[in-house]
Amino acid sequence: MASYSTNQFKSGLKLMLDGEPYTIVENEFVKPGKGQAFNRVKVRNLKTGKVIDRTFKSGESVEAADVLETEMQYLYNDGEFYHFMAPETFEQHPAPPEAVGDAGKWLKEQDICSVTLYNGEPLSVEPPPHVTLQVTQTDPGLKGDTSSGGSKPATLETGAVVQVPLFIQEGEVLKVDTRTGEYVSRAKD
Amino acid sequence: MAGADWPPSADIGRLRQRADWLKAVRRFFAERELIEVETPVLSQAGVTDVHIESLRERDTGRWLQTSPEYAMKRLLAAGLGDCYQITRAFRAGEQGRWHNPEFTLLEWYRLGFHPDQLMDEVAALVAGFLGATGVVRKRYVDAFLDAGLPDPLVAGEAELTRAASGHPNAMPVPTGLSRHGLLDWLFSQVVVPGLPARCFITHYPAGQAVLARLDDADPRVAARFELFCNGVEIANGFHELTDPGALRRRFESDQVARRRAGQAIPDIDERLLAAMASGLPDCAGVALGLDRLFALAAGEDSLAGVIAFPWDRA
Repeated sequence: MASYSTNQFKSGLKLMLDGEPYTIVENEFVKPGKGQAFNRVKVRNLKTGKVIDRTFKSGESVEAADVLETEMQYLYNDGEFYHFMAPETFEQHPAPPEAVGDAGKWLKEQDICSVTLYNGEPLSVEPPPHVTLQVTQTDPGLKGDTSSGGSKPATLETGAVVQVPLFIQEGEVLKVDTRTGEYVSRAKD
Repeated sequence: MAGADWPPSADIGRLRQRADWLKAVRRFFAERELIEVETPVLSQAGVTDVHIESLRERDTGRWLQTSPEYAMKRLLAAGLGDCYQITRAFRAGEQGRWHNPEFTLLEWYRLGFHPDQLMDEVAALVAGFLGATGVVRKRYVDAFLDAGLPDPLVAGEAELTRAASGHPNAMPVPTGLSRHGLLDWLFSQVVVPGLPARCFITHYPAGQAVLARLDDADPRVAARFELFCNGVEIANGFHELTDPGALRRRFESDQVARRRAGQAIPDIDERLLAAMASGLPDCAGVALGLDRLFALAAGEDSLAGVIAFPWDRA
């Protein structure tokens, strides 16, 4: 079984702890001048997203998590599962809503997402950093209306709601930054 | 791309400032009339500390010093008098935000000083860099008790493990720690984060005496102190052990522990023991990590901000 020594620790490394897959968020080497050395790490549970602190004796080996990050195309949602396809093998992977989480509100069919597989099953899904989505509902903006700071909510085709400038109308296609959830621009054709 | 990291990690202004800081350190000791000395970086004998790994030069088999302590004590035994050194020291594998395997160490010795006097002097030096703030002095035992932990001189492994896992910021304790490993874990994970901004920890357990003499009044503790600034360990000082027989026993028990753990076993430094046998004057000495002090003075959150070329760029 693959394992990592603490001196290989760095952020992004995937570990198995208590039977759960984790990714290292932060690694700090801690050593009292004349005492035992430790690695203090912040790790994020890849299933739950929960971040915890752990320490290891320096030099200790920790089991590697069988985790693979890969690009996949989002196909469709069957009401229960989100289906993704590996572009090279055309293999399809159903992902439960827990794995998709917040990414779900940005997913449009055909978009390429970053999918983390654990033992071959989708564990988490990252939407593309930018998506282009159509506005399905927004109030008509009134000229000179600055009551809401010059922006208004708009509902997009995937159900996501973002703040948009007052001049945006229903039916327009927008570019949105999924990392911040913010409107970027009108999409260029 | 190889070579892309050729520039220094610290900015040029900071490196100019570093030169001024080094001048200030030398001025501090010149004013107090300590003699600046130089001793070899490579030595035939090494250190046997269980938790310190030395780097070794391949052609000669000599060890790169982890501190200039042994050589400086030989100078003291030879009658040199109060002295200091600014030198490179090396510790294998110690790499992180506050660790660089090659680092700059300031070490000085004061004849006839009690640790309290030496702590005053350390505080004065540090105040020149970090500002004059009160420095709290706390016994190791009290630091544990104040953190809601058991008495480190009395508690056994089971009690220490229980205290660790029952602590509010509890984290699973690594398995297979010795009693001293547990103390180190509790100290670094629980005690240090709660220390005052500037704090000397004194009276370490005798098992962590290293080269300090044991306390006259309570042989369960050693006349050793450390200075912590904002949770970063800056300095380690001793009322120096002068008894070569006691030191030989510590070296030998270190070697046994190292053999058991499958670590390299450096030879015992017979020249140091011989120097002590000829008479090491009563003295207190301290080693201070200059890179760490400079990083704190600069408000940096890692050594890379004050070192030109840290390990990865060296």
